[in-house]
Amino acid sequence: MNALVTVDALQVAFATDSGPIIGVQDVSFTINPGETVCVVGESGSGKSVTALSLMRLVEFGGGTITGGALSFRRPDGQVLDVAAADSQVMAAIRGNEIGMIFQEPMTALNPVFTIERQLTDGLILHKGLSQTEARTRALDLLRSVRIPEPERRLRQYPHELSGGMRQRVVIAMAMACEPRLLIADEPTTALDVTIQAEILALINRLKREQGMAVLFITHDMAVVAQMADRVVVMYRGRIVETGTVTEIFETPQQDYTRALLAAVPKLGEMKGKPAPEKMRILGDDAAYAAAKPVTARKPEVLLDVRHLTTRFPVKGGILRRTVAQVHAVEDVSFTLNVGETLALVGESGCGKSSCGRSILRLIEPQSGEVWINGRDIGALGPHDLRRARADMQMVFQDPFASLNPYRRLRDQVAEPIQNFGLAQGQALRDRVAEIFDRVQLPRAFMTRFPHELSGGQRQRVAIARALAVNPKLIVADEAVSALDVSVQAQVLNLMMELQADLGLSYLFISHDMAVVERVAHHVGVMYLGRIVEIGPRAAVFDNPQHPYTQQLLSAVPIADPRRRRFADDLSFKPITSPIFPLGHQSAPSVYTEVAPGHLVLQS
Amino acid sequence: MKRFLSVKGLIGLILVGSMVLIGIFAPILIPPEAGTAMDMTSRLSPPSWAHPFGTDQLGRDLMVRVLLGTRLSLEIAVTAVMMSILIGLPLGMVSGYFGGITDNVLMRLVDTLLAFPALLLALTISAILGPNLQNTIIAIGVAFTPFLARIVRGEALRVAQMPYVEAARASGTTDMMILWRHILPNILPAVIVQATISIAFAILAEAGLSFLGLGTQPPAASWGLMIQASRDFLDRAPWTALVPGIAVALTVLGLNMFGDVLRDILDPRSK
Repeated sequence: MNALVTVDALQVAFATDSGPIIGVQDVSFTINPGETVCVVGESGSGKSVTALSLMRLVEFGGGTITGGALSFRRPDGQVLDVAAADSQVMAAIRGNEIGMIFQEPMTALNPVFTIERQLTDGLILHKGLSQTEARTRALDLLRSVRIPEPERRLRQYPHELSGGMRQRVVIAMAMACEPRLLIADEPTTALDVTIQAEILALINRLKREQGMAVLFITHDMAVVAQMADRVVVMYRGRIVETGTVTEIFETPQQDYTRALLAAVPKLGEMKGKPAPEKMRILGDDAAYAAAKPVTARKPEVLLDVRHLTTRFPVKGGILRRTVAQVHAVEDVSFTLNVGETLALVGESGCGKSSCGRSILRLIEPQSGEVWINGRDIGALGPHDLRRARADMQMVFQDPFASLNPYRRLRDQVAEPIQNFGLAQGQALRDRVAEIFDRVQLPRAFMTRFPHELSGGQRQRVAIARALAVNPKLIVADEAVSALDVSVQAQVLNLMMELQADLGLSYLFISHDMAVVERVAHHVGVMYLGRIVEIGPRAAVFDNPQHPYTQQLLSAVPIADPRRRRFADDLSFKPITSPIFPLGHQSAPSVYTEVAPGHLVLQS
Repeated sequence: MKRFLSVKGLIGLILVGSMVLIGIFAPILIPPEAGTAMDMTSRLSPPSWAHPFGTDQLGRDLMVRVLLGTRLSLEIAVTAVMMSILIGLPLGMVSGYFGGITDNVLMRLVDTLLAFPALLLALTISAILGPNLQNTIIAIGVAFTPFLARIVRGEALRVAQMPYVEAARASGTTDMMILWRHILPNILPAVIVQATISIAFAILAEAGLSFLGLGTQPPAASWGLMIQASRDFLDRAPWTALVPGIAVALTVLGLNMFGDVLRDILDPRSK
């Protein structure tokens, strides 16, 4: 076999204060010309380290290749031993024969250089082109990644482009020297779902047209299903399983692979089921079988939001006066029943987080009413508002930043109880211990500090803190987005169990359609600060009426290699700006009821 | 406690500890007249058996003077820096946390103070209040407050935007409790680092005041005053500057290491 890349028994070690740590061990795989190999694994599995080793970039992160062989077939047919190559040879290969795309399109581009400069630098260096030749080639490249108005883009700086366009430029840079291998390290993780779909389609097309091999690093099984020819599953620095994409998805051999696949929510698998259902977690069949499906009790309204509007000032000019306003939340109305989950979905900047924060008055809304349990939260003074917070709690996205690194977990969970003087002394300690049991954390964790816990455990602590005062409403703002899929499944199940047991209502803010399909009773789709479509989950997912909902659903990758959607170029309508001049009169949101409870915005 | 047993912690502890001990015991064990005894026959003599650190322009023994000066220098520097923390910390925290008009008013005040060179400010205060030890401390303390307030405000601004502060507010924690439980522990590392650096500057600021006749009054000895006095003899007798200079340097080094280790001990993540 004329493999392009052969990795054999790779071992990478990292030097730390307490001696070397093995990051990656006994990793072997091959990449053939023109094929896409996906390396998939959860955080800490060593997938990025493996990719960086191929470029010998791992050394810049403090790692050393301590064993195994890495070979790369150069265009002249000569096989290069990457592990032993000197830095000059590697510099000639990086960006020239092997291109690389990184996760964060903003930081991968230098903010002080124009797009032209960034694109032509590599061409002049590696291909010896003149300035004008390089410019012509740069224009071709921008056209090949389908960037509109390429001439104008050349003169622009990175901050003037949208996230999706920036990632296209990064891809254009990686493609500049027509590499034989493209390494893409989580290239779409930081992007919205529609932009992700566009970028995945673009990589597929470039691969086909140029016969280039792709090493695609991702944590997302759905993306793997859409992109891969062959899959390498990694766990804790070792390879668990390799195989073709259909083998991995249809006949996985290893327990870990099966568990990973089971934990991935698949869009569409809830079809025909009216109520949310817990995730199936492998090795936990008993719990799954025992758990009753979460059902709604007789509807009773807990939260009633009417015409909520939140705007942020845009300051400008020498006097820092307000020159315009961001219409973050625009005339949003909905109700949430006791014991139910309403999901707000949308892409970044659509106002879903601002909406959640406005309801809790963590930011002050411009106008509108928020009724919880028959009380208008918007009309409360500072003292009553603080009292009212016992009824409504919040769980944040980042489990690392939402806990104070300097306080013991016990104290952080006890804080809300103390705030409302609900318990003291032994009663307080008992209550905290009880809540730790409730979120399935060992009591020994009570005296620990946040850094001693994993991400999933911290998120359980955050949930424990929210539960401490027996709230009726929990606003979960991307509460599972930062977690690995297997942990995400556990936390989602926990949330659903708590809902069934305690009758909690969730306002579940998320960008992930597949997760939302799993947990929500009702779904509201947000776009530019407005809810464009809202209704029972089954109605919105099975019969989407608003063009934006349809676009969003069609962009979600499906974790099934037989249902590939991104073969051809996709282009979704980009989101327009929510910034309006002062005094702009926004039209009220008017809805058409297409089915009972299923409302679509008239535009 | 294990932390202090690291090499860095041990050096810091030994340096700071010996300076404190010298500061306490030197004035008790050494008769004050030893520090002012002049020996006109051996003016500016280099280090020798009779005078291990040499003598100054009046033939006074530098070793005795540097030992005697320890208490005064440390007393002034440490008290002044503590005073600046006492004023600057709450000021900066309130300013950074509440923002808005509170921040604007407080920071314009601080900016006004910052606009004057610290020494000029201390000079003015000292001149108004009159030259004595207590007023020197007040002058330096006030002059150093704006720097600390600025640093604390910046840190408080950063910490106030952390999700755990928003989480605390969402769970009904009052502003006072948020400042005390969440903001303060998280800005303390920056304050410790700034404080150890400030002590070095305070020792030198005291020298400046003394030189202008407003700080320590001769013939009493302080390190700053000694460095200041050595100015004219640097070419002929560099040890007159080196001896008090090394004393300042060792103190600052010790405090820095001590501060670093203290910061690590306070940080639960380092355990």
